[in-house]
Amino acid sequence: MAEMQIKPLTLNFGPQHPAAHGVLRLVLEMDGEVVERADPHIGLLHRGTEKLIEYKTYLQAVPYFDRLDYVAPMSQEHAYALAVEKLLGIDVPRRGQYIRVLYAELSRILNHILNITTFALDVGAMTPLLWGFEEREYLMEFYERACGARLHAAYFRPGGVHQDLPAGLLDDIDSWAEKFPAVIADMESLLTNNRIFKQRTVDIGTVTAEEAHNLGFTGPCIRASGQAWDLRKSQPYDVYDEMDFDIPVGKTGDCYARYLVRVEEMKQSLRIVHQCIANMPDGPVKTTDRKVAPPPRGEMKRSMEALIHHFKLYTEGYHVPAGETYTAVEAPKGEFGVYLVSDGSNKPYRCKIRAPGFAFLSAMDFLSRGHMLADTVAIIGSLDIVFGEIDR
Amino acid sequence: MSRAEASQALTDLVEYISAQTDEALIGVEWAGDEAVLRTRPQSVLQVLRFLKDDSQCLFKTLVDLCGVDYPDREQRFEVVYNLLSVKHNLRMRVKVSTDEDTPVPSACTLFMAAEWNEREAWDMYGIFFSDHPDLRRLLTDYGFEGHPLRKDFPLTGHVEVRYDDEAKRVVYEPVTLTQDFRTFDFLSPWEGAQSLLPGDDKAVAGDESGAD
Repeated sequence: MAEMQIKPLTLNFGPQHPAAHGVLRLVLEMDGEVVERADPHIGLLHRGTEKLIEYKTYLQAVPYFDRLDYVAPMSQEHAYALAVEKLLGIDVPRRGQYIRVLYAELSRILNHILNITTFALDVGAMTPLLWGFEEREYLMEFYERACGARLHAAYFRPGGVHQDLPAGLLDDIDSWAEKFPAVIADMESLLTNNRIFKQRTVDIGTVTAEEAHNLGFTGPCIRASGQAWDLRKSQPYDVYDEMDFDIPVGKTGDCYARYLVRVEEMKQSLRIVHQCIANMPDGPVKTTDRKVAPPPRGEMKRSMEALIHHFKLYTEGYHVPAGETYTAVEAPKGEFGVYLVSDGSNKPYRCKIRAPGFAFLSAMDFLSRGHMLADTVAIIGSLDIVFGEIDR
Repeated sequence: MSRAEASQALTDLVEYISAQTDEALIGVEWAGDEAVLRTRPQSVLQVLRFLKDDSQCLFKTLVDLCGVDYPDREQRFEVVYNLLSVKHNLRMRVKVSTDEDTPVPSACTLFMAAEWNEREAWDMYGIFFSDHPDLRRLLTDYGFEGHPLRKDFPLTGHVEVRYDDEAKRVVYEPVTLTQDFRTFDFLSPWEGAQSLLPGDDKAVAGDESGAD
């Protein structure tokens, strides 16, 4: 039989594939079962967040950040709140900073539970998902008790957090944090030394540190490549510089290393949670500058000035001095940054959102080239992709 | 915040960079404690390469690249590169001004991360990047027209989509608003509101006498 030149097969992966983690349309050029080129088509969840923010006051822009990475909503608000605070030049009271750090770490656990378990599901393990989502439910209850919403919190606001924690919440978080290591151990007993899980993840999607820098990787993905880079340590914000925790570092830079880093990060987050609860100071939770943060309800019943402040803040909002800043936080997925340009009015002139997942997904072609089709699923899972923040 | 708050390491580094690349830079600005290097489209690659490779800089990560639109300026767009040096724990911002017609050389050869960010800037602002390997639209719909983040693009867009039951497909139609789009002038009269009340000639007279 004469040799035939076979045209590469073009395969449409998604946008409705359960392993596409949302609405990823991946156009794959295949040679047999080997991926020759991966071309992600994104934007199916594009909501024009950056454009909308330009038409909203600084406070009205906060809820849009919950809807970016809806797996760990408060981390996004954190970056925005810090950016606005930097332009305003205001400080947050200590209790507000502690609550923010506490909830940022709970968000990190919330995110990592989802990522690890859905990643495991993608490569064939179903049970971790069922166990992990019970814990996510507890965490979302803590969200709800602090701010009234399970997901879209709008809790971290420029100047602090919206309201103080209710009585007894810290004790409940503490008792949950005592029990959670057992759940991590259960999850690890199913995955870490699991032969099938390792066969699917070890040496898949390997990135060296140099490549990871060039691709714009941050967060667990760069730590898995052997770089001890964590903004909580290197450029600390709020009270992270008072916290005692370690940065887990992977050695191999493959999917398995990214999984291991995330597991260890959950344990480190628990350490921070315990420290926050033990050292939680008393005092106000948001700035007492009435030109930025509203007065308490009770005061508004008696004080005319408080009433005027409240009215002005929720109609006109505050004016932010002209300037610009790029402020980033270590969100669970990596560096989440906000490039905020202010023209001195009450609305942001430009608010560019730097999502960690955007850089990860743009590396999809680089990572999956030469791998099998089934490996692309493992790579997508290990990169921790959520379309809310990529499509914005 | 002022330049005084910037760390000594960053101030020294900016002096070093401006000494080494004096021709390529237009100037150095300070946004609070953050340094901004301003350059021209033709020399942006030279500046970025220096920042990436010089042993005192090593800004190996292009964290973010985005456009900003200033319609009043002659060169209406700014391309902003946010760089991170993991080695020295510093950040640097590079800015280039351009307009609709002037291309900016693509940074893809230096940073793989630039590829999608430049596609996004092209999609959102219509900033053209020369020598980009694959400058397609990224976030907007297939067949979308216009550049949505430009300041003269309406918030509501131009078309809306719905499923047409008779045609059995999704159809595009011009946007119809059931309520006029509302924008409010938040500037109080004491701070110099731009919109004058009709027939308020005192406001104009007051402005002239009150100037300076």
